[in-house]
Order: sequence, then C-alpha cells, then structure tokens
Amino acid sequence: MATAVAEVKAEKASLGSTLWSWLTTTDHKRIGILYGVTAFVFFLIGGLEALIIRAQLAHSGNDLVSAETFNQLFTMHGTTMIFLAVMPLSAAFFNYIVPLQIGARDVAFPRLNAFSYWVFLFGGLLLNASFLFGAAPDGGWFGYPNLTSKQYSPGLNIDFWVIGLQVLGIASLAAGFNFVVTIINLRAPGMRMMRLPVFTWMTLVTQFLVITAFPVITVALVFLMFDRFFGTTFYSTAAGGDLLLWQHLFWLFGHPEVYILILPAMGIVSEVLPTFSRKPLFGYAVVVYSGLLIGVMGWGVWAHHMFAVGMGPIADSVFSATTMLIAIPTGVKIFNWLATMWGGQVQFRTPMLFALGFIAMFIIGGLSGVMHSSAAADLQQTDTYFVVAHIHYVLFGGAIQGIFAGIYYWWPKITGRLMNEKLGKWHFWLSFIGMNLAFFPMHFIGLLGMPRRIYTYSPELGLDTLNLVSTVGAFLIGISVLIFIYNVWWTRRHGEVAGNDPWRAATLEWTIPSPPPPYNFSVIPEVVSRLPRWSVTQMKAIPEVPPEPIHLPGGSYWPVVTAFGILVMAAGALLHSLWVVLLGGAVLVVGIYAWAFEPFEV
Amino acid sequence: MTHYTATGLDSRKLAFWAFIGSECLLFGSLISTYLVYKGRSVRGPTPQEILNIPLTSVSTFVLLTSSLAMVLALAAVARGDKLWSRVWLFSTAFLGSIFLGFQAYEFTEFVHNGLTITTNLFGSTFYTLTGTHGAHVAVGVIWLLTLLVRSFQGKLGPDKALNVEIAGLYWHFVDVVWIVIFTVVYLIQ
Repeated sequence: MATAVAEVKAEKASLGSTLWSWLTTTDHKRIGILYGVTAFVFFLIGGLEALIIRAQLAHSGNDLVSAETFNQLFTMHGTTMIFLAVMPLSAAFFNYIVPLQIGARDVAFPRLNAFSYWVFLFGGLLLNASFLFGAAPDGGWFGYPNLTSKQYSPGLNIDFWVIGLQVLGIASLAAGFNFVVTIINLRAPGMRMMRLPVFTWMTLVTQFLVITAFPVITVALVFLMFDRFFGTTFYSTAAGGDLLLWQHLFWLFGHPEVYILILPAMGIVSEVLPTFSRKPLFGYAVVVYSGLLIGVMGWGVWAHHMFAVGMGPIADSVFSATTMLIAIPTGVKIFNWLATMWGGQVQFRTPMLFALGFIAMFIIGGLSGVMHSSAAADLQQTDTYFVVAHIHYVLFGGAIQGIFAGIYYWWPKITGRLMNEKLGKWHFWLSFIGMNLAFFPMHFIGLLGMPRRIYTYSPELGLDTLNLVSTVGAFLIGISVLIFIYNVWWTRRHGEVAGNDPWRAATLEWTIPSPPPPYNFSVIPEVVSRLPRWSVTQMKAIPEVPPEPIHLPGGSYWPVVTAFGILVMAAGALLHSLWVVLLGGAVLVVGIYAWAFEPFEV
Repeated sequence: MTHYTATGLDSRKLAFWAFIGSECLLFGSLISTYLVYKGRSVRGPTPQEILNIPLTSVSTFVLLTSSLAMVLALAAVARGDKLWSRVWLFSTAFLGSIFLGFQAYEFTEFVHNGLTITTNLFGSTFYTLTGTHGAHVAVGVIWLLTLLVRSFQGKLGPDKALNVEIAGLYWHFVDVVWIVIFTVVYLIQ
C-alpha cells in the first residue's frame, strides 16, 4: 500500500469515508489528535465534577448533593483526571511529537498504537457509563478495601471501577511497549541517546515506569475482583488476610504513577523554556539524568502514603529518608530551568507563561510534598485538605499547566495556525489566579482540621470563608478553560498561519511543514547535533517535495475490533455473564489472528 | 524485511524484551503475595497436607524438557529443515500440554481434598499464582500450534525464524517463572 505523494488529491471526502479513515487510522499524528480530543472531553467531565464538589462545599451545611453522590463525584473526579485526562493528554504529545522529534515516520507498531487508543476510549466510556446506572464508583480513586469489599460496597459501583481500570491498564501497557521501542529503535541516523530532546527522554522514562508499575496494580485489582466476584479472601481480615496488602500494591503502582503524570510535563517545560529564552537548556545531561533518577527513586518511596497505618519506626524512617532524597533530582531540574532563563532573551509568549507557572506552582507543591516526608508531621496532615492542596499544586499547577504549555507550544505545528496570544494570556492569568485561590486556602483548611472526602461540614468549624474563596477560585479555573475553548474556535478561522517554525525553535519537528505531511520527513534526516536548528554545523535541508515515493502503512480495522473484544469481555464481567465474556474473548482472538496475518508492512 | 533501526535490533524482539520485563513485575507481585500470606491461613488444608511434590516434579521436568525442544525447533526453522522444525514445534507444544494436563489433574485432586480458591488464603494465593502461570502456558501452546500450522502451510521458512525466536523467548520465560514458582511454593514449604 505504498502511497506516492503525487497521487494524493485534495478531494472533499464524504462523511462516511472520513469516519472510516479515522476509525482505521494507524498514523501517529491522527492517533495523537484522537487522544488529545478524547482526553480533553474527559478533562471537561472531570472538571465539571470538581465544580459540583466545590459548589457543595461553598458553605457549611450545604445540601446541593447527597453524601452518596458526593462520594461518586470525588471518586470519579480523581480517577478521571488521572487516568482519562492527564495520562492521555500526555499520550497525545507522545504520539504526535515524539516521532517528529526523533526523525521517524511513525511509531514502531502503528496498529498497536491504534489499539491503545481504542482500548483507552472504551475503558473511559465504560467507567463513565456507570453514571447511567446511577452506580458510579464511590470508594475513592485509591479504592482501599475493605471499604471496596463486597460487604461494604455491594453495588455495581466498585465493579465498574475495578474492571474499568484493568481495561485502561491494557491501553497504557500496550502504548508503553510501543514507545519504549520507538524511542530506542526508530531514532534517525545520528540521533544518539544524548541528542534526544528532553521531552522524548522524559517520555522514555515515563514509559518504563508504565510498563513496570501497571502490572502491579493489575494484580491488586485482580485480587479485589476475585474477592468481589468469586469470594476469595485476599483482603479479608477474618480469613487472616491483611488490608495493607492492597495499600502496598496500590502505592507501589501509585507512586511511580505520580511520576508518570509529572515527567511528561517536565519534558514539555524543558522544550518551551529554551525556545523562549533563546538559550539552550542549561545542563542538558544533568536534566536527563535527574529525570532518570526520579524514575528509579520513584520506586522506593511508596510507603510515605501509609505513614498513618502504623508500619513502625524503621519503615517510617526509611521512607521519610527516601522521600526527602527524591526531592534532590527534582530540585536540580528546577535550578537548571532557572539557569536556562538566566541571561536569556526571555519572551513572555503564552507557552512560556504556562511553563513559568509550572515552575512556580510545582515548587509550592514540591515543598508541601517534602513536608509530608516527615512522618511525624504527616500524621497531622493525612486525610486533611492539606494533602488535597499538595496534590493539586503538583497535578494542576504542575501537570496541567505543563500540558497547556505544550498545547500552546505545539498547536501551530499540529494545526498550522498560531493560537491567539491575547486570549491565551487571559486563559493563563485567570487559571493561574483561579488555581491559587482554589488550592492555596486548602493548606489552611486542612491544618485547621477539615478532613478531605466529607460532603459537608458544620459552621462551628469556622471555615466557611476559606471554603467559599476556594470555590470561587475553582469557578475561575472553569471560566479560563472556556476561554481556551473559545480560543481554539477562534484560531480555526482567524489564527495566524504558522509556517514551519513560528517560534524559531531548535528541535527536529520544526524543520518540516505545519501540519506535517503524512510521511513527516520527505527524507530521513541525518542528525548532527543536539539542537539541529541552532547549531553552527547545519544538518542537510529537508526538501519540500519527497525525491522518491514513500511507503506508508495503510489503515487497519483490526485494532478497533480487537479493542472492542476487550470491551465486550469487560461488559460481560460486569454483568457476571460467562457467555458474554466468551463472546468478547472470541472477538478478541479473531481480532488478534486477523491482525497478525493481514498484509501490513510498516 | 530488513529495516534500519538505531540499535540494529529488530523492533519486535525489543518490544518482547520490554514485555518480559513487565511480566516479571506481574509474577513478582503474585509470588510476593503468596510469600506474604504464607502460613497465615486460619484453616486448612495447608500446603504440607496437600502438595504432591513427586507428581509436580515430574510435570516440572516435562516443562523443562519442552524448553530444549523449543531450542531445537528454532534451530531447525533457522536452517530451513521443514521436517524437524515440525517435529520440534509439535514436541514443544505437546510437552506444554502434558504440563497443563498435570496441572488440571492436580487442581481437581486439590478440590476433592477440600482446597478451593475460596477455602483459605493458601487456596486464594496458590490458585491465582499457578493459574496465571498455567494460562501463560496455554497461550504459549496455542502460539506454538499456530506456528506449526504456518509451517504446514509452507509459510515458516528461515526468513521467518524471528517469529519462532520470539515465541521461544516467551516459552523460556514462562519456564523460568515456573522454576521460581516450583521452588517457592513446592520445595520451600
């Protein structure tokens, strides 16, 4: 299915064939767009849940939602933002940008890539379908048994959660293998490991964390599923089991997961800062090794989530120490970013503002994180709003701001148009002020004694004002996201045409047209330096028209069929129907065999 | 099919190594759970009462032998020897099936002796761990039989040796995991 470029005609495709082409696409750029759009919709859903939570907590004794609904809202807010928003928004950039940054024409396994996306979509839909049954998960995003055991959660709620997360795990694992191989194996000639852009490096570390952390939570989820479905006794204290088994397995996954969420944003910031400081990244090698070190050490800190369970002084001390240690490579990165700007010609464009916002807010979140590392202090903070403040400084101030920096930065590459600067600045400042109003008071709310995950509080607590401020901040964030959406709509019609390289940036993706042609590079580039577009030794120019026909892999519908088989199996498990599971299994097997034997050349 | 890659390694093989790394964490979690819960069941049957070491030693030997057959199968495919690649592919799958037969017999015996997955912590952890391993062996057997069919279709020449090599990686990995499980669950009680 070689596609000679000259044959591509600009015909107006029919709606049906357009849909079919997206359904069967194996192009990393289109899959990246699918990831981005889908994840953004889930981001809006998760945000809406957050706004209802904040509306309920706006003043004491509120009865906007019931306690049961509140439990569902905070559980789905956490689960959605982590698994359906931040991770796949990062995946959108992995898909779109990484092959362009390493000089490749696609990922190593284009069909597996499509499969990852469809499994992710189906898993996300399955989780959210629980709302239709009035049975959304309500055991917290951490799902501690025995709260989530059959005895205390007899309904479908936790079943949706347990099965939905297993499905999403398959998507993450498949993508993980794909990107590890892509980055290691598909680098263009001359693109040595220590010439990789930092974003690609952080993607690689993230994917290693994904393929090692997700099996652990899969096992924990399987145990919980067996306990609920078949009456096993993994999390039954009456049978001699230990509830801490779940907590250890969950946080063994959960802490690497924190770095899965933040490392891609760190990578994005490491691309944006040099471009808008007109200076190469300060201490490239140190930034890369710090990222690697964070990835490795991320495996040794999990029990700091468990100081309150009474592990004893030795374990508490060890995990206190490792948690303080992991702040070192993180701090190193922050100093490198600051030094990158030092003496540079800093341009305050929207991506740069979000990157600066990232650094400032991540420092606050990082500092409160180090406060948690002291086991003695942590006992006062556990399960209070102080922890909520911490995670939102890290994950909103950090991950989400980093992702928005990436969106504004690469939008011209992906769509060919620059987003509106004025609207972008409104978006940034409203969201920046909003997040500080929303999350900073939570430090005090927590230290003054308000526990997290309660649906209301009494006026005697004296926290009405602080909670109201927090709610106002949350709605400001909501307005800022609406401005972003308007900006997207405006840019489609009126955005300035970007050209290849509107930011005069250094890396390989800016050498090709925006949006890139289906084959990305008309000739595979020969990389001669770490900053190909800023170096004195220039790389060979990439011709506008390919000198010879380029082979492109065709589309395939087997990835979506195979993914659908997994969805049917998951639905069968929910319904406790062996026949539906077997039917799904049959679709899965047919899908795998047809996939393996269809003629498809990468 | 000789693509340029930055490391010179085939992408599928690299992906498979990454997959095996990931599987180590899966079995690692299962085995750790078994060890953590060892001796904590509040009622019997206990491992000492029920595990049949001589029987499982035989099935372990069968599975280890299958790894040898796998090596010979790959060598035969690589040198283009159709007859022997079929013989060894079949032998590998057959020995794998015998192992699964032993496991089915063992599970049935245990259930008759009063150990089900819900009986106690030993039952829950034992069946989950060995069942997961058995499922991996079953997938491997189906994979090998698929390769055997491809060979009979004349589509498993030396140019496709990598397909067999990757199946072999999987097979040997599943074997090595069994050695760990056999040691931890059966030999060190």
